[in-house]
Amino acid sequence: MEATTPKYTFKDFASDQEVRWCPGCDDYVILRAMQKALPEMGVRKENVVFISGIGCSSRFPYYMDTYGMHGIHGRAPAIASGVKLANPDLSVWVITGDGDSMAIGGNHFIHVLRRNIDLNMILFNNRIYGLTKGQFSPTSTVGQKTKSSPYGNTQPPFLAGELAIGAQARFFARAAGNTPKEMTELFIAAEAFKGTTLIEVLQNCVIFNDGCYTSFTDKNVREDKQLHVRHGEPMIFGKDRDKGLVLNGLKLEVVTVGENGITEADILVHDAHEQDPTLHQMLVRLEYPLVTGIIRSFQDVTLEERKDAQTRHVKANSPYAKTDDLFFSGETYEVK
Amino acid sequence: MIPLEKELRDIESLEHVVVRFVGDSGDGMQLTGTQFSDTSAMFGNDVATFPNYPSEIRAPQGSLYGVSGFQVHIGSIEVSTPGDNVDLLVAMNPAGLKTNLYAVKPGHTIIVDTDSFNKKNLEKAEYDSNPLEDGSLENYQVIEVAMTSLTKEALKDIEGLDNKTITRSKNMFALGMVYWMYHRSPEHTIAFFNKKFKNKPILIEANTRVLNAGYYYSETLELIPNSYAIAPAKMAKGTYRVIMGNTATAWGFLAAAEKSGLDLFLGSYPITPASDILHELAKHKHFGVKTFQAEDEIAGITSAIGASFAGNLAITTTSGPGLALKGEALGLAMMVELPLVIVDVQRGGPSTGLPTKTEQSDLMQAMYGRNGESPVIVIAASTPANCFHYAYEAARLTLEHMTPVILLTDGYIANGSAPWKIRSVDDMPEIRNRIVREAEEGWQPYLRDEATLARQWAIPGTPGMEHRVGGLEKDGTTGNVSYVPENHEHMTHIRAEKICRVQQNIPDIVPEFAQEGDLLVVGWGGTYGALHTAAKQLHDEGIENLGFVHFNYINPLPRNTREVLGRYKKILVCELNSGQFAGILRMNFEGLELHQYNKIQGLPFGNDELIQKFKQLLA
Repeated sequence: MEATTPKYTFKDFASDQEVRWCPGCDDYVILRAMQKALPEMGVRKENVVFISGIGCSSRFPYYMDTYGMHGIHGRAPAIASGVKLANPDLSVWVITGDGDSMAIGGNHFIHVLRRNIDLNMILFNNRIYGLTKGQFSPTSTVGQKTKSSPYGNTQPPFLAGELAIGAQARFFARAAGNTPKEMTELFIAAEAFKGTTLIEVLQNCVIFNDGCYTSFTDKNVREDKQLHVRHGEPMIFGKDRDKGLVLNGLKLEVVTVGENGITEADILVHDAHEQDPTLHQMLVRLEYPLVTGIIRSFQDVTLEERKDAQTRHVKANSPYAKTDDLFFSGETYEVK
Repeated sequence: MIPLEKELRDIESLEHVVVRFVGDSGDGMQLTGTQFSDTSAMFGNDVATFPNYPSEIRAPQGSLYGVSGFQVHIGSIEVSTPGDNVDLLVAMNPAGLKTNLYAVKPGHTIIVDTDSFNKKNLEKAEYDSNPLEDGSLENYQVIEVAMTSLTKEALKDIEGLDNKTITRSKNMFALGMVYWMYHRSPEHTIAFFNKKFKNKPILIEANTRVLNAGYYYSETLELIPNSYAIAPAKMAKGTYRVIMGNTATAWGFLAAAEKSGLDLFLGSYPITPASDILHELAKHKHFGVKTFQAEDEIAGITSAIGASFAGNLAITTTSGPGLALKGEALGLAMMVELPLVIVDVQRGGPSTGLPTKTEQSDLMQAMYGRNGESPVIVIAASTPANCFHYAYEAARLTLEHMTPVILLTDGYIANGSAPWKIRSVDDMPEIRNRIVREAEEGWQPYLRDEATLARQWAIPGTPGMEHRVGGLEKDGTTGNVSYVPENHEHMTHIRAEKICRVQQNIPDIVPEFAQEGDLLVVGWGGTYGALHTAAKQLHDEGIENLGFVHFNYINPLPRNTREVLGRYKKILVCELNSGQFAGILRMNFEGLELHQYNKIQGLPFGNDELIQKFKQLLA
């Protein structure tokens, strides 16, 4: 396919619709990162489909010059599943938010991951309901004051990655909303991966939840607060590249290279391809450092592959070529 | 198929007979009834069947609410319903007798398995005394047979059979008896055993032996005074098979997919009584059918919307509660103007209601059960066999008009079966899909066909036609989001007008019997058999001023509806709800005076009640 794919630039993927997110919203960054990633994926633009639910993030398909559907609240994974099963040649993307995916659409979110249909989901997680003007979401923190929790949120939050991997996600990655290059890289990796992928973007809402991620994502602190993992590389972070993760019993621990006899060889090497998700779950849950990059990427059989094999088997052994063969088969009788 | 010597006996000839088999839900009554009806159909009878089973999978043995039944109506004349009153009741236990005795015609026959009328079962059936001994059945011909013992006796020298298997095959003893009574050869059922138990010869031997034992027991039994013959019915020439409504629905979609050259996609979530459509279609991967058992009703319909967007003939199947859950998504399908068929196999409502009983109470939900003004095409099948035709029609209309179609059937026709004159796909009407492969100059996603207002269907994968659809209000041609007040009003009218124009693509209604006169009986959907039978009976009795018209197209109504209704002095609308279709007629035709006959008991109409009502209005 690559050989026949035209050379696109990001402009080829921008629709003629005026983008209407609030000025300063991370959504612009994600949109541009996607428009830059698509020309690198080797897919033809008529084969790209964006499906969204409802919420600020879900306006995304309108801004992409590809096929797209702005669906209904929470149901994008189910719509996208239908698209992909109907035509497995398409590159199918789900655009969703924390409320859309984990509140009203929680059921579809977990089941699409369980089934492992070859589609990609980008979760814009801003820990708030933006479009409905500022209620707490399933990822809002306990104590967070919002319009619907004026005295502080009393509901403990989901961690998107923990929920996803619990639902058997084979691919989970995380990026901060102010890191367009990383996002572009993750989007390309997600498209190359066969199976359901989930990329959580920690997205700042400038209006209703401004600064919710600043303590990890601010340019001045992010190197010290974030660990960007890569498969096969030691999990080292920090401005001076001297901090790392080791396993202490059943817990991850941050250590400093050069202190207490720790050398780089002691630092855990990231294995995203491991089937056992235990360590991936620990990385997802880690609060310091905040882990970004591809945390889990375990290649497994997809639903389409299973269905396809079954269909081929049934077709090869079926006595019916046309519906007439079925209708006139078995116990029929003549009336003369 | 009748062995020759039978014709020498004293045979009472009947035009039609209703037989009901009842027993515990584990007694195999559905299988027994199905075998009897299949054999009768192959003999050339017209047949109609209806199963009646408890919603519990295995209710406590012997209990009143655990009774499972299967009714078969066979005739040498046209048979349109499974029948009201029963000529022969086969009761495998006291609970079955107690719950079904009401339906047996006085003086008619009841066969009981006396072995099951023990103290324990009588208590479970809440009998104070044994009805076989206390004289309470003296108005019936009761044939007492120790079926369980006779079955055991018949199988005593087959080694390797466990007790449970032996006891469970007593239903075949009953079937054998009934075959003899109605001159049906057991050979069809024996062929069925050979196929079903291909790898278990011991079960073929056991079942065949018990079936024959019942057959010959009946023959030599002096307790059966005479036997009945039902000659073949006069039916149109052709190749037939007996088909269940839900199977016919599934097959209608198979035919439509083949005719339209599209792959069929079903997104569905299991629900009684619609699941059989999912089961049937799941078998047919060889035709490229994709079935997707989703995580819930909403994913059932939304996955179908996705498949439709990608160019499949997409359907979703459900029953009332599921339709309620699908409402929002149905509005989306209507808004984005994609083809989609939603099958609602209606059951008794509201809420969980009566899941295994029939009702026509989802009509208003089908018409209006969505937010905003969101009209869709609504059609209804009216017999088990014509579920095939209306499923095909639903697919044809949705593809040609690019708007969702709700197909209403109900538990009664979905689970009922009847002979179906097989339709070859070659003989089905053409289906034009609106897929567009190449963009003409000035192409827009919602550019409309002038006659139907339907848009073209540009599917992902087609170069140069990339576009976005969505649930937000849009410009009617470009599809761009629009909040312009006048545009919203304009689009609301366009969506309504789109449905109105379907009238040009559906047939007129044609009344049966009197074409004008004093009374028009009006029905819709699954009540056709009962209404037709009652109207025909009066017609055959010489009543010439009664007409009957049945609606299969509900939204829009056929073009000539008002004109036909105007030909009669009185109109009686009969439905299994409190008057929903009558309400629709009143809303469409101001000033229309309607009488109503409504029944909301989870049961179909009975013949006597209809005759009485018709006569009352004719008087």
